[in-house]
Amino acid sequence: MKNKWQWFHRLSSPKWFYEISGEWLPWIWTITILLFAFGLYQGLYVSPPDYQQGNSVRIMYIHVPTAFASLFFYVVMAVAAAIGYIWRIKLAHMAAISIAPIGAAMTFIALFTGSFWGRPTWGTWWIWDARITSELILLFLYIGYIALHDAYEDREVGDRAAGILAMVGVVNIPIIHYSVYWWNTLHQGATISKFGKPSIDEQMLVALLVMIVAIMLFATAAVLMRTRIEIIDRESHKKWVKEVLES
Amino acid sequence: MLLFLLKRELLRHWRGKQDLINPLVFFVITVSLFPLAVTPEGNLLIQMGPGIIWVAALLATMLSLESIYRDDYFDGTLELLMLQSGSAYQMVMAKVISHWISSGLPLIIISPLLAMMMHLNAASIWSLVLTLLLGTPVLSLLGAVGMGLTVSLKQGGVLLSLLVLPLYIPILIFGSNAITAASMGFNYVTQLSALAAFLVGSFSIMPLAAVAAIKVSIK
Repeated sequence: MKNKWQWFHRLSSPKWFYEISGEWLPWIWTITILLFAFGLYQGLYVSPPDYQQGNSVRIMYIHVPTAFASLFFYVVMAVAAAIGYIWRIKLAHMAAISIAPIGAAMTFIALFTGSFWGRPTWGTWWIWDARITSELILLFLYIGYIALHDAYEDREVGDRAAGILAMVGVVNIPIIHYSVYWWNTLHQGATISKFGKPSIDEQMLVALLVMIVAIMLFATAAVLMRTRIEIIDRESHKKWVKEVLES
Repeated sequence: MLLFLLKRELLRHWRGKQDLINPLVFFVITVSLFPLAVTPEGNLLIQMGPGIIWVAALLATMLSLESIYRDDYFDGTLELLMLQSGSAYQMVMAKVISHWISSGLPLIIISPLLAMMMHLNAASIWSLVLTLLLGTPVLSLLGAVGMGLTVSLKQGGVLLSLLVLPLYIPILIFGSNAITAASMGFNYVTQLSALAAFLVGSFSIMPLAAVAAIKVSIK
């Protein structure tokens, strides 16, 4: 029995995570930088301007990946919070709280770039489009999670409280998303469909896919770094942390 | 046991009259601010009325959420109730139901009056009452989770709105939309069904989350 569960306990040990993520991080950063270099070159020079939107379409190479990451990381955060809540694994809570600011930043960047994309193409900074509105609500959910966690003086109680909120939020996200869709289709017909282009140019698709992987890796690396700092901060009384800090 | 707890909660709300009256007055005042701020013109009020009434109902419910736990938390009654009732689930249910009876129900009763002040027609008033009937229990259920998470915090009030309002959005959308549809003479069964679905869904999930939340706060 002891051996059977050993891998599981190791997986939830902050020390093990700290060591293994330290080994991985240089690799992840290298790949991220290479992908960014290639993706940005492909997106900014090689891929053609859009036949309607001109060069402003290039905002897409940041906008779409960050929007994708913003949703993806909320789900990861909620899963981590659930694991931490159910099995009382501290490491999972540390990961969840490390993800939140990164996810919020991704959401903000997606909204910000979307606004700058909307200005030349739609002629307005903001539009109450269903997708944009649910992205805005996602930002509120992230902020609520961070604010609730920070409001508790005892971090471990904060972990559990914020964890419940993340779980409630992840159940509600699809409901909010579809309500907003339904609301928009009734209020104003979808006059502008952002993704309604007949087909995407092959060079554009390559740039977009590379940028999605690059930004996902970038966010992962940032999350790992934040988790490492969180581990050092919380486990600072442990012997191994003192050894790490001294060396 | 549930009935006993429910009776206790209702009696508590009844004796602390401001729990009953303040949200109601807040609801009426907020709604009457809009014609002053925007326009007293009838046509515009008809268009904006459903939304205004629903937003005001949302805010009034949110303000009344404190009465679910706060007093009982600070004088220690909550811990005793958890221990003695033997079931945190029943206690939370009693609190949610009594919160709805003491703050949701009065809003529903007074809402036709506000609807008339917003120049809404009879069909819209009916739809307003129906949507509030289905929607306000969901607000109480979701609110119990948010209140459970923030009850032990000093600056809980502002935080509560940040946590709860985004989750209220679907209710707001379907609630106010049903009334708009009704005022134009359209069928609004879809919206009512959606609200009923939210009610059933949150009735089955949210009490569990609320129990987990209050357990975190009590520790």
